[in-house]
Amino acid sequence: MTLKGAQILLESLVNEGVDTIFGFPGGAVIDIYHQLPNYPLRHFLVRHEQGAVHAADGYARASGRVGVVLATSGPGATNTVTGIATAYMDSIPMVVFTGQVPTRLIGNDAFQEVDIVGITRPCTKHNYLVKDIRGLAKTIKEAFYLARSGRPGPVLVDLPKDVMADEAPYSYPSKVHLRSYNPHYQANIKQVRKALQLIREAQRPMIFAGGGVIASDGHEELTWLARALQIPVTSSLMGLGAFPGNDPLCLGMLGMHGTYASNMAVNHCDLLISVGVRFDDRVTGKLESFAPEAKLIHIDIDPTSIRKNVSVDVPIVADCRLALQALHKELEPLLETERFSERFASWRETIQGWSEAHPLTYAKLETVLKPQQVVEAIYEITQGEAIISTEVGQNQMWTAQHYRFHRPRSLLTSGGLGTMGYGFPAAIGAQVAFPESLVIDIAGDGSIQMNIQELATAVCYNLPVKIVILNNSYLGMVRQWQELFYAKNYCSTCMEHGPDYVTLAQAYGAEGFRIINPADLKPVLQQALTSPKTAIVEVVVDKEENVYPMVPAGAALNEMLLV
Amino acid sequence: MQHTLSVLVEDEPGVLSRVAGLFSGRGFNIESLNVAPTLENGVSLMTIVTEGEEQIIEQIVKQLRKLVTIIKVVDMSEVQCVDREMVLIKISAMDHSRAEILRIVDIFRCKVVDVSPTEMVLEATGDRGKIRALINLLQRFGIKEIARTGSVAMRRSMQLES
Repeated sequence: MTLKGAQILLESLVNEGVDTIFGFPGGAVIDIYHQLPNYPLRHFLVRHEQGAVHAADGYARASGRVGVVLATSGPGATNTVTGIATAYMDSIPMVVFTGQVPTRLIGNDAFQEVDIVGITRPCTKHNYLVKDIRGLAKTIKEAFYLARSGRPGPVLVDLPKDVMADEAPYSYPSKVHLRSYNPHYQANIKQVRKALQLIREAQRPMIFAGGGVIASDGHEELTWLARALQIPVTSSLMGLGAFPGNDPLCLGMLGMHGTYASNMAVNHCDLLISVGVRFDDRVTGKLESFAPEAKLIHIDIDPTSIRKNVSVDVPIVADCRLALQALHKELEPLLETERFSERFASWRETIQGWSEAHPLTYAKLETVLKPQQVVEAIYEITQGEAIISTEVGQNQMWTAQHYRFHRPRSLLTSGGLGTMGYGFPAAIGAQVAFPESLVIDIAGDGSIQMNIQELATAVCYNLPVKIVILNNSYLGMVRQWQELFYAKNYCSTCMEHGPDYVTLAQAYGAEGFRIINPADLKPVLQQALTSPKTAIVEVVVDKEENVYPMVPAGAALNEMLLV
Repeated sequence: MQHTLSVLVEDEPGVLSRVAGLFSGRGFNIESLNVAPTLENGVSLMTIVTEGEEQIIEQIVKQLRKLVTIIKVVDMSEVQCVDREMVLIKISAMDHSRAEILRIVDIFRCKVVDVSPTEMVLEATGDRGKIRALINLLQRFGIKEIARTGSVAMRRSMQLES
């Protein structure tokens, strides 16, 4: 079968099981768009390529499938970079196709030419420039394989226009052979037994769950481990939802804005069972003081995560789910005799004491809403069953703290890169993946304006995404740092002259709500969240509310500012 | 401590840039880097000399292995190996110093590969210690220019117990 390059691309996508693409056309990809209507592929036309990548990212995080993006050359390609870097930092499977000028013009500074392969080299898992149509199908096969296998990540494929117009025989390879890439999935049983030994010796163990648990679909295994042994669980931002947030063993998030109990427990534990984490600086605080009394078990599929930041007693390079299964198998026969739960009882009491001494708290006012109150109300109304995305900053931290995520893939947030403008397009992607689910972007008034144009996308495709803007008229997190560490010099953080979000929503054909009075919070939220339309709910909140607890940058986890 | 890494790579466009970008992006040092084809078609050998503490070297090796186009990474400092580099040295060689320079050339088994009334170009091969010693000795005559290949290394066939 002889096909044009554009057809080979689209056939290959169908062969990969892709049915959804987020994209934006341009000169270099017209050949592809010309063929697109002939294939069973839903294309969502965004309003900015960054929106396409975040949408594909949200689609991938919520569904576990590979997100697919199509953008044109030059500025179309460079607009994808922030989204690609976001996905890279959080290990999200994604394949981004960019148009490129014809091969004969590459390197000539042609119109809308950019070396996107060069630009994205450090922020993709791998990338390709397809110079010959004969390598096209094989490259696409490899791209999807790389994106979803091992530690997942974004892969970019650059497609010159002439390659898309060229013709060649097509057959889609059934297998990938990369001699230099062999991810290691199974846990080494010797290492698992060493881990087991540490668990048997422990008096004060903690489980620390990260995004790797979710990426590997290992949440059930993790939940079994915690419940069977009655070990408390803390998690990184990326790990929220890996363990049910409403379980008594769940201590919430660890780190800079982690709970008092989490931070104290990690500071005092004698064993830290770390699963699918990479010990980011926001989690560890001052490295020398991190978990000073603990032996460390570290399970991760990426060998570079091991001993990158902290030294480890028992490293296990493996898929988190498979490693936890192996551990389960070894632990099962010991449950009767070892009486783990009893052994750890006084430790759990100690932690309970910390939880009670300093729970997550804030002072409610009668006149003005607190942002935490808004997140709590969303939690109550949705019963923890919604898919929540966030922007970045205070809105993100309050969501992480006050919304209890019951299941994996229900929080979509830019953890590693911290990309403002991520949440709304990510929510669009999640809504595409789950049309029947309630998808809410919890935003700040700063972040939402970074990709507000995607309102047109949401309305156009009848995606009933909800945006709740915690409007404090500040770039709140930066302002908080300025208040605490920069002598209240609020330079360039005051967001005066924000738009009227109600009429803005209406202008795009969405619904707009505004909540100022605390008494209106629940009824109006209820009304907005049950609306069948895309909706913005602007909630005017206390302007100078801070996120606490807070571990100042570079301080130890037990050096928290509490109020 | 200095480490010599032998890195087998797929010989495709961008592979050098992937390796160089990894080093610069993560703040690792490159002392020298040498790339050349191997016996196998489509496979090149990179020899990278780098410096860092043990944990950094471990990261460098792991990060290199993570690159999709890299086939194999061996830290030659962990095995017994021979390593050599070649250097061309252009040196000021006037009548009064010429004899002394030639004596050093003899001792170090260098070659004189170019000569003019005032200068000589010497070719020397050796491990880093020998090259350092040679350059050190020649310094007083006035080295005008230097070009080095960077190290290449090969595992010894017999790994003797030390």
